[in-house]
Amino acid sequence: MVLSARGLRKEFAGFVAVGGVDLDVHHGKIHALIGPNGAGKTTVFNLLTKFLPPTGGRIELLGQDITRTPPAKVARMGLVRSFQISAIFPHLSVLDNVRVALQRPNGLATQFWRPAGALDVLTPRAFELLETVGLAEAAHRLAGDLSYGRKRVLEIATTLALDPKVLLLDEPMAGMGHEDVAVVAGLIRSLAADRAILMVEHNLDVVAELCDWITVLQAGKILAAGDYVTVSTDERVRVAYMGTEDE
Amino acid sequence: MAELSTRPTEAKSTARLEWLLVALGIVALLAAPFFFYPIFLMKIMCFALFACAFNLLLGYTGLLSFGHAAFFGGAAYFCAHTVKVWGVTPEVGILIGTAGAAVLGLVMGFFAIRRQGIYFAMITLALAQMFFFFCVQAPFTNGEDGIQNVPRGFLLGLLDLGRPLNIYYTVLGVFLIGVFAIWRIVNSPFGMVLRSIRENENRATSLGYSVANYKLAAFVMSAALAGLAGATKAIVFQFATLTDVTWQMSGEVILMTLLGGIGTMVGPMVGAGLVVTLQNTLATSGFPVTIATGAIFMICVLLFRRGIVGEIYAKLPGIKK
Repeated sequence: MVLSARGLRKEFAGFVAVGGVDLDVHHGKIHALIGPNGAGKTTVFNLLTKFLPPTGGRIELLGQDITRTPPAKVARMGLVRSFQISAIFPHLSVLDNVRVALQRPNGLATQFWRPAGALDVLTPRAFELLETVGLAEAAHRLAGDLSYGRKRVLEIATTLALDPKVLLLDEPMAGMGHEDVAVVAGLIRSLAADRAILMVEHNLDVVAELCDWITVLQAGKILAAGDYVTVSTDERVRVAYMGTEDE
Repeated sequence: MAELSTRPTEAKSTARLEWLLVALGIVALLAAPFFFYPIFLMKIMCFALFACAFNLLLGYTGLLSFGHAAFFGGAAYFCAHTVKVWGVTPEVGILIGTAGAAVLGLVMGFFAIRRQGIYFAMITLALAQMFFFFCVQAPFTNGEDGIQNVPRGFLLGLLDLGRPLNIYYTVLGVFLIGVFAIWRIVNSPFGMVLRSIRENENRATSLGYSVANYKLAAFVMSAALAGLAGATKAIVFQFATLTDVTWQMSGEVILMTLLGGIGTMVGPMVGAGLVVTLQNTLATSGFPVTIATGAIFMICVLLFRRGIVGEIYAKLPGIKK
């Protein structure tokens, strides 16, 4: 177990967005967080990555308590997230998007006196990462000019630059075309080989095919947890989640 | 220019063209005092450096400070006081002014970077106003009179800055060093991180960058360089007054930067040159300067939002930024 949360809570001025969630994310496994809109999935993400401070509960990453750790520190410890809206640096080139991520782990972040050419040592590794996601030939284009699907893929490449122990993907396939979904699904599966992945996803076909464990959230609480068969046959889940999907 | 090293041939030729233009610009500045009034040129250089320092924050980090006059005018006071009262040489006075502005930047930045957008601007404005009232009250600034008759002295105790060409080339040296420093910061590994913060702050955080620290560092650097410009101006004009710490001065540097083009190296210089020229021309005509600058600002916002240099870059293919 690399990431675990116990009794995770978040209240916004009296409104309980997340009310006592327990979650365990394991190495080499893909864990899905699903639930209807407003169930608190993204809030859980923000709590785990410390973009929001929890109002209660405890979070452990690789055996260390990170309940009060700032978000950048958590990222440096190996817990890296993606965002629901594709988070890229639009006015930087595709290559520079990845290189920026490589800079800090390689000790090239604070040198304000060195020329930008100092970053050239990162270029081969950046190209490797772009190859992984099939973006190498677009390396010199502005990231903002990429199609939506390719922006998402670029974001994954950027995240991989940090070689995270735990990868949190917030709706990685949202808004993607069919072919892109297949590509990204394959990519995620290969990434899971040597890290833990927690993802929010609405596409249940993808969840069924990809994920080892599923946690269903509703109104900030866990409704059910288990593998796809267990969860999909659960009566409460059918009513709360699948039901609304069919409408 | 950060992309140059990684982009093939077309970029190489662009780079060569840029270096050629830089060389031509330096030659022009070396020759300029024989054709133009040196004080006027030095004033432009001081404001150009000020605007470039401001642009380091606005254009490359995405922080709009509305309090940069505190660093510009504050450094002028520090420099004028130490040179006149303590009797230090001008280069020491300029360094003290710069260091003072950096300290001021550290304090103001510490409070301001905790907020974003308009709140950041408002806090910098409020802190700069506090500094303004400090300057009104503090005995060493002589209140409304300012510090007058600051001796230009001898650079390194040797070179008489009372001579027009000596002071001109000294100011040119300071200007070039300052601009080079900004160019180096912008196009450095650190500068890349600043750009990523400007582009998407949350994403930069999620990549492990402690965004607040980088912002504060950029704020202090920008403050110090604005101070370098202000301190140098105090030596050139031999006085430091309240004008340079007013909020209008903070507004003026924003105008210069927007007019020339934010996020470009040359833009703020062009903007500063334009505004200073305009002020000097209109000063003798009796036409209110503020109306002219206001009108220009509106035209700029309506017709060319990227600023003069920004629009030129956008029109020329092959040159980015």
